[in-house]
Amino acid sequence: MDAELTVTTTLKPVDAVLVGFGWTGAIMGQQLCDAGLNVVALERGPWRDTATDFATGFAQDELRYMWRHHLFQNVAYDTLTIRNNTSQQALPMRRLGAFLLGTGVGSGGVHWNGQIWRFLPSDFVTRSHNQQRYGQKAVSDYDLTVQDWGVTYGDLEPYYDQFDKLCGTSGKAGNLNGDIQPGGNPFEGPRSSEYPTPPMVQTYAPTLFGQAAAGLGHHPFPHPTGNLSESYVNPLGAQLGACTYCGFCEKFGCGNYSKASPQTTVLPYLMAKPNFTLKTECEVLRVELTPDGKRSTGVTYVNSAGEEFFQPAEIVILSAYVLQNVRLLLLSGIGKPYDPGTGEGVVGKNYAYQTMSSVNVFFDDKILNPFIGAGALATVIDDFNGDNFDHSGLGFIGGAYIAGMVTGGRPIEMIYTPDGTPAWGLEWKHAAAKNYLRSFSISVHGSCMSHRGNYLDLDPTYRDVHGRPMLRMTFDFTDNEHKMSDYLTDRAAEVARAMNPREIRLNRRTGSFNVTPYQTTHNTGGAIMGDNPSDSVVNKYLQCWDVPNVFSMGAGAFPQNAGYNPTGTVAALTYHAAHEITTRYLKNPGPLVQ
Amino acid sequence: MAAAAIHDGELGAPAQTFRGSVPWREGTADVPPGVSGPGYVYFEPAEAAFIEAAVGRLIPNDQVGPGAIEAGVPFFLDRQLAGPFGRGDHYYLGGPWPKGTPEQGYQSRFSPAQLYRAAIAAIDSYVGATFDRAVFSKLATDEQDKVLKGLESGEIGLDGGVDARSFFAMLLQNTKEGYFSDPIYGGNRDMAAWKMIGFPGAHYDYKEWVSRHGERVPYPPVGLKGRPGWTQS
Amino acid sequence: MSPLFRLRAQVLGVGVVVTILGFTGLAASQSPAILPAQSTWALTATGLLSQPIADSTPDAAQLRRGQYLVAAGDCMSCHLRDGGQPLAGGLRLNTPFGVIYSANITSDTQTGIGAWTNDQFYHAMHDGIGMHGENLYPAFPYPWFRRVSRDDVDAIFAFLKSTPAVNYTPPANDLPFPLSIRSMVKGWNMFFFNSRDFQADPRQSGEWNRGAYLVNGLGHCGGCHTPKNALGADRSSQELYGARLDNWVAPDLTGNDRTGLGGWSIDDVAEYLRNGRNTHAGAGGAMADVVTYSTSLMSDEDRRAMAVYLKSQTVSPSVSHQQPDSGAMRRGAAIYSDACASCHLEDGVGQPRLFPPLGHNAMLQQADATGLEHLVLAGGRIGTSASRPSPLTMPSFAWKLSDSEIADVTTYLRNSWGNLASAVSVAEVHDVRHRLGLQATQLTVNSGDQN
Repeated sequence: MDAELTVTTTLKPVDAVLVGFGWTGAIMGQQLCDAGLNVVALERGPWRDTATDFATGFAQDELRYMWRHHLFQNVAYDTLTIRNNTSQQALPMRRLGAFLLGTGVGSGGVHWNGQIWRFLPSDFVTRSHNQQRYGQKAVSDYDLTVQDWGVTYGDLEPYYDQFDKLCGTSGKAGNLNGDIQPGGNPFEGPRSSEYPTPPMVQTYAPTLFGQAAAGLGHHPFPHPTGNLSESYVNPLGAQLGACTYCGFCEKFGCGNYSKASPQTTVLPYLMAKPNFTLKTECEVLRVELTPDGKRSTGVTYVNSAGEEFFQPAEIVILSAYVLQNVRLLLLSGIGKPYDPGTGEGVVGKNYAYQTMSSVNVFFDDKILNPFIGAGALATVIDDFNGDNFDHSGLGFIGGAYIAGMVTGGRPIEMIYTPDGTPAWGLEWKHAAAKNYLRSFSISVHGSCMSHRGNYLDLDPTYRDVHGRPMLRMTFDFTDNEHKMSDYLTDRAAEVARAMNPREIRLNRRTGSFNVTPYQTTHNTGGAIMGDNPSDSVVNKYLQCWDVPNVFSMGAGAFPQNAGYNPTGTVAALTYHAAHEITTRYLKNPGPLVQ
Repeated sequence: MAAAAIHDGELGAPAQTFRGSVPWREGTADVPPGVSGPGYVYFEPAEAAFIEAAVGRLIPNDQVGPGAIEAGVPFFLDRQLAGPFGRGDHYYLGGPWPKGTPEQGYQSRFSPAQLYRAAIAAIDSYVGATFDRAVFSKLATDEQDKVLKGLESGEIGLDGGVDARSFFAMLLQNTKEGYFSDPIYGGNRDMAAWKMIGFPGAHYDYKEWVSRHGERVPYPPVGLKGRPGWTQS
Repeated sequence: MSPLFRLRAQVLGVGVVVTILGFTGLAASQSPAILPAQSTWALTATGLLSQPIADSTPDAAQLRRGQYLVAAGDCMSCHLRDGGQPLAGGLRLNTPFGVIYSANITSDTQTGIGAWTNDQFYHAMHDGIGMHGENLYPAFPYPWFRRVSRDDVDAIFAFLKSTPAVNYTPPANDLPFPLSIRSMVKGWNMFFFNSRDFQADPRQSGEWNRGAYLVNGLGHCGGCHTPKNALGADRSSQELYGARLDNWVAPDLTGNDRTGLGGWSIDDVAEYLRNGRNTHAGAGGAMADVVTYSTSLMSDEDRRAMAVYLKSQTVSPSVSHQQPDSGAMRRGAAIYSDACASCHLEDGVGQPRLFPPLGHNAMLQQADATGLEHLVLAGGRIGTSASRPSPLTMPSFAWKLSDSEIADVTTYLRNSWGNLASAVSVAEVHDVRHRLGLQATQLTVNSGDQN
């Protein structure tokens, strides 16, 4: 469309506009509306709800949801380019693979697993903690660019707790106000209260894993989960049911209200608020700034009919996914873009991911019924995560949780065959028939430190349907990650062998980051937080240093990624920011950290 | 406003404004796009011959369980390629199109349907030049296996801008999809592939079986549109 | 800008200004405002019924009482159309005799009740006579409202006069001749309009009498729950026995153990009225709106009074039934396990207050299975309230189950876990499907992957 001919309709001003309506948008919307603000949420995907769009009658459809991406972002309209390093030309991710991006109301909160973790206290001080314990080299080897967060576990604990109560998280506390509790994770930071609901009941494979891990002297505990063990009413009055272990959880929407999602936990309350408006099929093109660039006036968006609007707002909340938030910052000229050559600039800096590997376990004599599963149905050990173990002489920092996990037995994706089995032919079919009921996978969910060469910027070649540059991702695993992952995969293999199986198969994290096989949708960094504008995009309240009425939510704020699923921390950061906005910013709009 | 086609994603469904309550309308459902009708609608006869030969080697039939042919995989593939998947509705196909590194994944200009068409022609052309029989489907099974292995490893190069490994990976993936997906998509006939491995399909409630470790769950496989037990007199 | 957008923008009260791209940065304020700066927003229907009325408002006590009584009378359910303003009417009511649209009862002087007098309003409520002396159709439940006291009617009127004026004229009714002649209603009134002003029963408690006043007066429960004769009048000998209505069944509210409230305690009834859900059932169909706009907004005392009164009703007679076909039961059990147990669980135990348990379930055992067939075909949603905002929704199975599969599974539901009721025939499911227009699939905005 010719820019001169584009007519932009200016809408009535609102107090706050939310750009994207998944977990962070829903939580922030609820908090701001409760504070009396007039809030508009702009979501580029469609409306979605349990009974109409992922009902029990059709949600269990592996082809449609997992392989045809029915609930995911459609890369035909918006994708990004990817390369492993700056010597390569970045090319479009032409089909979703390594990560499965969300879209629509609820977004990734609809098709996530429901794995609800808190990061370790030491995870928030990655640089200073490891430097103090292992020396300067530990945090600067391999060109690592790890940083402290500018926020501590203690700061966030009340907000982690708030998210647990919103979701009704099922689990067993391991550390209640400093007292170690039997049955929980003894390595976790202190919790102010027990989980709202008891842990899920474990199926056979996670039970065997837990027994073997305990036998090796580790500390197994049930995975904390937003797949609820029993029905629950949250503080907003929203109700969740007990999970029926259908095995179609992650990558799928939950049909029976038993997975915590924006739909089940927040929307019933928020949608009834008279000061809340949701607009779907509306994609924000950029955040508008005053001529001096120091303040946002609102956002410009286009709807699915191609009509363009300017929505004036006093506060702009970037509540889209990491990759969209960073891209909008870059497209809008908020903050200085990061340059990997000089190390100058901040926007796009410290993009990180998650380092995944696994060990398959095969039995002859045990029927495991892998189809009885849930997104976060697992027995876990945290003995080798973060700095829960001595890294002296290991040559890496970080770690992983190791989980005997059964999320389901969806056969296109989740048939495990022993080492040496061909991928097709009679031999493959016989292996599938023999092992389906008798095998499972131990997953190793590893941290990913930030690195000077891993970053996000705008692609010079490829453009989206609106004519805007695509985001460009430059990323590869570093030696720190490979060493960590090998060490952790070996620990997982020890547990696997202790289960006395017929055989095991190690799926190590080898080679460069590959865009094709699914790994995890835990992209982090690029809009990182910190205690000073020279090395971060946002302050501890997720407020942009350069444009204080713009707040950037989500895992983009992570200076590096810990060995846990990010959603718990993403939600806690959102509540933390919302608290500061509603208690301090509203009275005195301006920088919350000088 | 142009009539916006409904769309399963970001752009295309009509923009809507919601306020005051969670919307809902009786009788609505995002119904799965099942397939129907006889015969092939996408494959030309020569393509059908290739597909039936190839998927029969990828998943052969024996007493353990059905082969891909017996499970209806060729019919499944035909309907997939004739529909949104074949058109690449969830692929970004814009240029430029450098080959890229293996880590950068699919980098073809072809939609899946176009890739199948071009690849099958290129494979038959390769077979014609290499063996003394004209097309893949006429080869002996051990020769077919050899060609498939050559495509899988990339040792066989193909004309027409087709990346052999990309095509093989897609064919194998789609074959397994047709073998194990819900029968409404035309494959997994009689849910025989699910029976072979012991997967109960679209059953939703296993609450009673969670702690019954090591026991066989008695539910017969069920698809989204049911099972024989729903209609037997 | 398209006409469609203009229309929507006006509906939402959004001021629309067209500017050229590039101006936009200058259009908004340059300096931060103390927030909230944009604190005016449109009133929602429940907001109108529950917003606090300041002590400084003239006649605040009467207005508060009127606001409460407008909720108790469930005025909103009928006088709110989809996408319309609260109390502005225009809702299409499908009566057995034709289509009637609800009136605008906002304070607007041209199209609402703003120009009415107290006496005119009382005449309407008490006698079914409109402002100009015309007969009102008994879709407006004046046979029940006659029992409401003058003080209460005056309070209702005072509140309605205080509501924001909405200038809106509902569509004309679509009634066949001779029903289109309003004076025909005079004849109807002569035969059937025999209710009298409320008389307390001195043998009963004050609570019971309050319940009777609410149930038979403003609450007009019998409007749906009492069977009607061929001319739409109550069968007074079958009060609250349950009745079919707009392809639903308003269930038996007597103490019948199978079809009524026999298995419910007074607390169960009160909880249901408050939250739209209890350990036995969820309020779907038209009752969902009753909970949202009426009973959830009432006081605990009044809900309890209604429960006490309802629990004292004469028990409806039991209906005989025949043993269902064993093939239907076997098929129904298979369908149940695969399609229904996802929420109601194996053995129909359900999840209390979320997914109703199906054993000894009154809704399943209504003599008329229309409501159950409707629920399975179209799905159903539970009414929400401030205390329980989750609009728990049963999905539509119209696309998934054939008429005979629905007949089998509903027959199974009506005859399992202690339930006893007549079998459901394929023909009646077929009829309901057609009446609901569910022969063809009704997609959602997500459904973009159809071929």
